[in-house]
Amino acid sequence: MAEAQKMQVTDEVAISISNMNKWYGTFHVLRDINMTVNRGERIVICGPSGSGKSTLIRCINRLEEHQQGQIVVDGTELTSDLKNIDKVRSEVGMVFQHFNLFPHLTILENCTLAPIWVRKIPKREAEETAMHFLTKVKIPEQANKYPGQLSGGQQQRVAIARSLCMKPRIMLFDEPTSALDPEMIKEVLDTMIALAEEGMTMLCVTHEMGFAQAVANRVIFMDQGQIVEQNEPKEFFNNPKSDRTKLFLSQILGH
Amino acid sequence: MSDTRAETAFIRTEMLAPELPPVTERGIIKWLRENLFAGWLNSALTIVSLLVVFLLLKSALPWWLNGVWNATSLGECRTIAGPEGGACWAVIKARWHQYIFGFYPQDAYWRPILAFALMFVALAPVLYYGLRNGAKLIGTVAVLTVLSLALLDHDVTHVVLIAVLMAVLFAVSWIAPKRLVYVTLLYPFVAFWLLWGGSVWKPVATLLGFGVMVLVYRLIQPRLGVIMGTAIGFLAACFYWLFVQGIITGALGSLPPGLAGVNSDQFGGFLLAFVIGVTAITCSLPIGILLALGRRSDMVLIKTLSVGFIEFIRGVPLITMLFTASLLLQYFLPPQTNFDLILRVVILVTLFAAAYIAEVIRGGLAALPRGQYEAADALGLDYWQAQRLIIMPQALKISIPGIVSTFIGLFKDTTLVSFVGLLDPLRGVTQIVRADINWKGIYWEPYIFVGVIFFLICFGMSRYSMYLEQKLKTDHR
Ligand SMILES: Nc1ncnc2c1ncn2[C@@H]1O[C@H](COP(=O)(O)OP(=O)(O)O)[C@@H](O)[C@H]1O
Ligand SMILES: [Mg+2]
Repeated sequence: MAEAQKMQVTDEVAISISNMNKWYGTFHVLRDINMTVNRGERIVICGPSGSGKSTLIRCINRLEEHQQGQIVVDGTELTSDLKNIDKVRSEVGMVFQHFNLFPHLTILENCTLAPIWVRKIPKREAEETAMHFLTKVKIPEQANKYPGQLSGGQQQRVAIARSLCMKPRIMLFDEPTSALDPEMIKEVLDTMIALAEEGMTMLCVTHEMGFAQAVANRVIFMDQGQIVEQNEPKEFFNNPKSDRTKLFLSQILGH
Repeated sequence: MSDTRAETAFIRTEMLAPELPPVTERGIIKWLRENLFAGWLNSALTIVSLLVVFLLLKSALPWWLNGVWNATSLGECRTIAGPEGGACWAVIKARWHQYIFGFYPQDAYWRPILAFALMFVALAPVLYYGLRNGAKLIGTVAVLTVLSLALLDHDVTHVVLIAVLMAVLFAVSWIAPKRLVYVTLLYPFVAFWLLWGGSVWKPVATLLGFGVMVLVYRLIQPRLGVIMGTAIGFLAACFYWLFVQGIITGALGSLPPGLAGVNSDQFGGFLLAFVIGVTAITCSLPIGILLALGRRSDMVLIKTLSVGFIEFIRGVPLITMLFTASLLLQYFLPPQTNFDLILRVVILVTLFAAAYIAEVIRGGLAALPRGQYEAADALGLDYWQAQRLIIMPQALKISIPGIVSTFIGLFKDTTLVSFVGLLDPLRGVTQIVRADINWKGIYWEPYIFVGVIFFLICFGMSRYSMYLEQKLKTDHR
């Protein structure tokens, strides 16, 4: 595996979360989360529906606010300070389950909007970057179409390209393939694998265990707002320690 | 065993060619059968409807066909039309200019006409952003303007100058359509000057107030943000308009170049309806957007103010507000301010429309999925960028039918200004025409004339909104 060498994990800390708690009203969604992500790590988060996976990764770019504890992303602590939030958001890319492309803009405009308005990059240059990444996700020929004209898998690849155009140092994925038809899942996963091989720091909520085994260097299992177990993929799948993990794995791998 | 196989297995040896549907299933026969004679109830309704249409035409058609165009009074009309009666269109022929211009001085008709033509030039970049359609629109308007001026204005230099101006604007719209945005920005001041006349320095001094606003905004926005920048800029401009502008216009106000002044009470007819309608439509949209955003804001004070304003305005009839405009405002404003009646009415009609627009847009905002906001946030766009680039384009697109309905309603409501003594086309001008001894007793013809013009304008707006919806459709559902 020559690629494996490229997927280097460094000692540099990219994200550190300590004693983090979050409530929705009185509902305690995230309970005492502690975790550190080093630069270059590829982490897969799994767990039953409603266990707080989405909430956790949405806290990392402050789409959700945490009430207790500390989240530091790339040396910037997330507080209510808008400057810090903007800084973190411009360094962290996010891909959503339902793509969330902007339907009134073409694919190219979707990709150049944020670089032009947030990074203040000249339009020409932004378009070149966008075409570069669209080529990378293998849909440069769709650049002038609208999102509604593309298939689900193509839209999700555009969404990935759109995030990459901001040149993020960390990518968050929230179930990127679970709204897709089976034959489209592979094209999206291939894109993500290629990204991982380039050394991108990735946090990915997914139930694609094949993907976890292929690229993750750590799998985190969450239940009821807590981190229940984490381990490297081989150990996690072959030798789960906690009963909850065993139950969960038997459910998703069962048939 | 072999029997069952014979039934389940099947191989097509020859592909079938497509055929035309049977005679009763195509062409006009199909259409008639499906739309007019599907079932006996449907057929009966069709026949009854045809009968009603026939009776209506039978009673009304002679009146229309027998119309009299050349007469000097209603009595003469009746004599010419004879016993079977007929419409007396002569009244329109004699008084159409009052329906269009009110008591606007006849030798200055070229000014409202030019202002009207320039309105299309100013609208072209907004209506057809950067498209050739804009140039075609301007070309048509230019030809019509020059033709109508040639018929109406006896001063040849006016006609030639305006023809040259329109030709230049058409050329610009053809070569560099985006440049026309400058015409759009300057248009309110040019139109004001053309319509009311006076020294050119008055609108220029007013324009300077916006310069002050932009300047202050530029200075403050990088430090204190968009909201503070806008607020302080607005306050600075108000300060300028209230205290400084008077001095400037005092010094320059009588200097040439200038046009003969026209008083607000000389405005009337469709000229008045357009001045009120167009100004209110243009101003109510941005105010409505801000109110809709305010109503969805997290900031309690802004939210309460927006909700209070919207609900108050929607709860009060427009007539009440117009009376307020004509009477009460005078008590509240400083005694020496002489606030023009048309301006007061425009302000209130604008606020009235803005409240409705705000609710229409709020509906559009509510229809957007939350994911759009989240994607904008995740990409690092700030609130105003997200609103301007992501949220509003989509919300406004969804709201187009509602917005245009509100605009159509607003335009028709401009006739209500007759209640505060302004000469609207429907009641104000008609009353004056009927006060003339020659046309006393005339009834249908003026209303039909005014109604047709209103219909054409409102129908035009409605068609444009459909065009726009079609053009902006990108979701390909
Ligand atoms: N905006 C919200 N308000 C209140 N409760 C929420 C909200 N979003 C999610 N929840 C609740 O928080 C829990 C965790 O949600 P989520 O993080 O989306 O779970 P997962 O992604 O693991 O399925 C769920 O029980 C969900 O009902
Ligand atoms: Mg989720």
